[in-house]
Amino acid sequence: MSKPIIKTVNLGKNYLIRHQSNAPRYRALRDEIAGRFKDLGRRVTGGKVRDDDASRETFWALKDINLEIEKGDVVGIIGRNGAGKSTLLKVLSRITEPSTGRIELRGRVASLLEVGTGFHPELTGRENIYLNGAILGMTRQEIKRKFDEIVEFAEVEKFLDTPVKRYSSGMYVRLAFAVAAHLEPEILIVDEVLAVGDVQFQKKCLGKMGDVSAGEGRTVLFVSHNMSAVQALCKKGLYLKKGEIVSRGEIAPVIGEYMREFRASKDNDGELAVKIIPGVYIDKLSFTPNHATSGDDIDYQLILRSTEDTRLDYVMFQIYSASGQRVAVMDLRRTVPTELKSGEPYQISGTIKSLSLVPGEYSVAVWVANHDHQHEVTDLEVLTIDDCEARNGLVPISPQHRGMLELQYNVEHSPAIEFHAQGERSQ
Amino acid sequence: MEQALKPEYELIIEAGKSERHYWRDLWVFRELFLFLSWRDIAVRYKQTFIGVTWALIQPLITLVVMTVVFSVIAKMDAGVEAPYAVMVAAGTLPWQFFATSLGNTSNSLVTNANMLSKVYFPRLIVPVSAVIVSFVDFLISFAILALVMVWFQFVPSWRIVFLPLFTLLAFSAAIGIGLWMATLNVEYRDFRYIVPFIIQFGVFVTPVGYNASKVPDSLYWLYVLNPMVGVIEGFRWSIIGGDSPINWTSIAISAGICVVLIITSIKFFRRMERTFADVI
Repeated sequence: MSKPIIKTVNLGKNYLIRHQSNAPRYRALRDEIAGRFKDLGRRVTGGKVRDDDASRETFWALKDINLEIEKGDVVGIIGRNGAGKSTLLKVLSRITEPSTGRIELRGRVASLLEVGTGFHPELTGRENIYLNGAILGMTRQEIKRKFDEIVEFAEVEKFLDTPVKRYSSGMYVRLAFAVAAHLEPEILIVDEVLAVGDVQFQKKCLGKMGDVSAGEGRTVLFVSHNMSAVQALCKKGLYLKKGEIVSRGEIAPVIGEYMREFRASKDNDGELAVKIIPGVYIDKLSFTPNHATSGDDIDYQLILRSTEDTRLDYVMFQIYSASGQRVAVMDLRRTVPTELKSGEPYQISGTIKSLSLVPGEYSVAVWVANHDHQHEVTDLEVLTIDDCEARNGLVPISPQHRGMLELQYNVEHSPAIEFHAQGERSQ
Repeated sequence: MEQALKPEYELIIEAGKSERHYWRDLWVFRELFLFLSWRDIAVRYKQTFIGVTWALIQPLITLVVMTVVFSVIAKMDAGVEAPYAVMVAAGTLPWQFFATSLGNTSNSLVTNANMLSKVYFPRLIVPVSAVIVSFVDFLISFAILALVMVWFQFVPSWRIVFLPLFTLLAFSAAIGIGLWMATLNVEYRDFRYIVPFIIQFGVFVTPVGYNASKVPDSLYWLYVLNPMVGVIEGFRWSIIGGDSPINWTSIAISAGICVVLIITSIKFFRRMERTFADVI
C-alpha cells in the first residue's frame, strides 16, 4: 500500500487552564451562575466585568504535528513528562478530539493506555476477561476463541473464578495485559503500561508485542520512558518536546538526540526550581564529580526551598538505570523530619561512598513526603558513570553483560596461585 | 467485527467535525451494550447471600407495600373491576422503570469516567446500557405482575398488545431526559443532586397514585407536558382494560415530547462527547 496507515496534518490539541489558585476541578453550575450575577452587578454599578481571558490560558499540548506512519512500522514516541506523548496517543485513538488539523487512519485502532481499563474488582477473572475484551473492541466470539490462550498467558488458571479484588497486584496486571496482548487491530497504541508488573512478565509482554509487529505487519505506536525497551522494540522513533516534534526517523539517532538534550538541560549548574509538593521546590541537585568511575566516592548536594512554613518527613533519592529500572535508593529519613522555614533554603549534602554502579547513564529522582503530600520528581539529574580503564591488562566485560552493580571483593586462593588475583580492584 | 471492515477501511478525524462513522461504530460495538448492562447487574448481587433472589424480592416487596398504601390510605379509584394490586402495579411499574433509568443514566458517565478517558468506544453505549439495566428490573417486576394476575385470575383485555408500545415510550422518555442529565453532569456535577429531586417531585405530577382524569382541566395542558403522563395512562388502559379512561391527546403529546427529547438529547450528547475525556 502506498498510502500511510496513519497520517496527521497540522494536528493540534489545546486545553484551557485556569489560573485561579484554588480552581475547582469541576465547574459547578453554582459558580457559573454566581459569576454571571457578579458580572451583572458590576455592570450595573459600573465596575469591571470579570475577564475570562485573564483567568484562563490556552495551553497547547500538541502543536502542528505532521506525521506519516507506514504500515508495519513500530514507532517509539519519546520525550519528557508533559511533552505531549500521551495526548498524541489519546487523540490518535479517538479518546479526545483534536483542536486543529486532521487525522487519517487506515486500519482499526486499539489503544492500551492503561492496563485493565474497565476491570471490575467484584467480577471474577473469567468475567473480567470478557468485559475487558469487549471494552477494548473484541467480539464475544473473538474472546471465546482466545480465552484459553489468554488464561495461559496470564498464568491465572487456578483463580479464574475468584473475584479480581482478591488477586495480587501482579496477577491483576498479568491478566489485564494478557487480554490486551491478544487484540488484533491493524494499529496498536500502547502507553507506558509495561512499567508495572514484574520483570519476567514485562519481558514476556515485550516478546508478545514483538511477535505481533514482526509477524503480521501490525503498526505499533509505543510510548515509554524505558529507553532500552524502546530501542529493542521500535525501528522508528519520534521525539516530542513541548507538544512539537523535535526529531524523527531511525530509532537510534532519535534516542541519541533525546539523551543529548536531556543531558544538556542539566548543564546549567543544576539550578532547577522544580515544585515537588505544594510550597516546596527543589532548587538544586548535583553530584560531583559527575562523570564518575565505578567505585569512586561522589558528593551530592540537594537544596530545597519552601514558600511556606512546612514540615518535611521523608526525603529519598531514587536512582534509575537508562532502561527505567530502579537500581538503588538513598534513604535520607535520618536527616529529617525537619521544619522548613518559608524562603530559607534547606540543604542536604554528603558523600556516596564507593559508588558501585556499572558504567552507564543513570537518572536520579527525588521523592519527598510530609504528612499531607508525597511526590516523586523523576529525571532531575543524570549521573554518568564512565568505564574505568582496563585493569591488570584485562579488557573489561562489555556493559550489557555486566549486570547492574560493580561488586567490591577480594579473592584468596588455596593453594595459593602465582599471579595476582584478577578480580581485585585497585582503589 | 472483521467482516464489517472492508480492506479499504479509512477513518478521517477532523477538528470540530463530527465523525462520519459514528453509527457504524455503534453497530460494531453493539455487544458492549449488553456487556456493560450485564456487568452492572452481575455486580449488584455479588457477595450477597441470596444472590439473584434479591431481584425478585425487591419488586415483590415494593408491590406489596404500594398496594397496601394505595388501597388503605390513598383509596385510589379506577372505576373498574380489577384487583387492586394490578391497578397499582400498572402505575408504579412504569414509573419505577423511568425513575431508576433516569437515576442510573445521569450518573453513568461519571461512574465510568475512568473508562471514558482511557478507551475509545461510542460513548452513547454507556447511558443506554444503564437504561437496559433498569429495563431488566422492569421485566422481572412485570413477570411478578403476571403472576399476581394469574393468582387473582384476572384476564387482561386484548389491548395488552399495545403494552410494548407504551414501554417503548417510557424507554425513550428515560433515555431522552437521562442523556441530557448525563451530559450536563459531566461538566456540572450539580445535576447529580438535581436528578433525585426531579424523581421525587415527578411522582406527584405523574398519575402514579391517582387517575389523570382528576387533574383540573385548566391545568391539564401543563400537566401533559410530562411525558410520563401519557405512558402511565397507556399502561392502565392496556392492562386493566374495561372502561379505564384514556386521553389520546395526552398520549400523542407524550409521544411528541419523547421524540423531541430523543433528538435534542442525542444531538447535545454527540456535540459534547468529543470532549468528555478532557473535562470528566
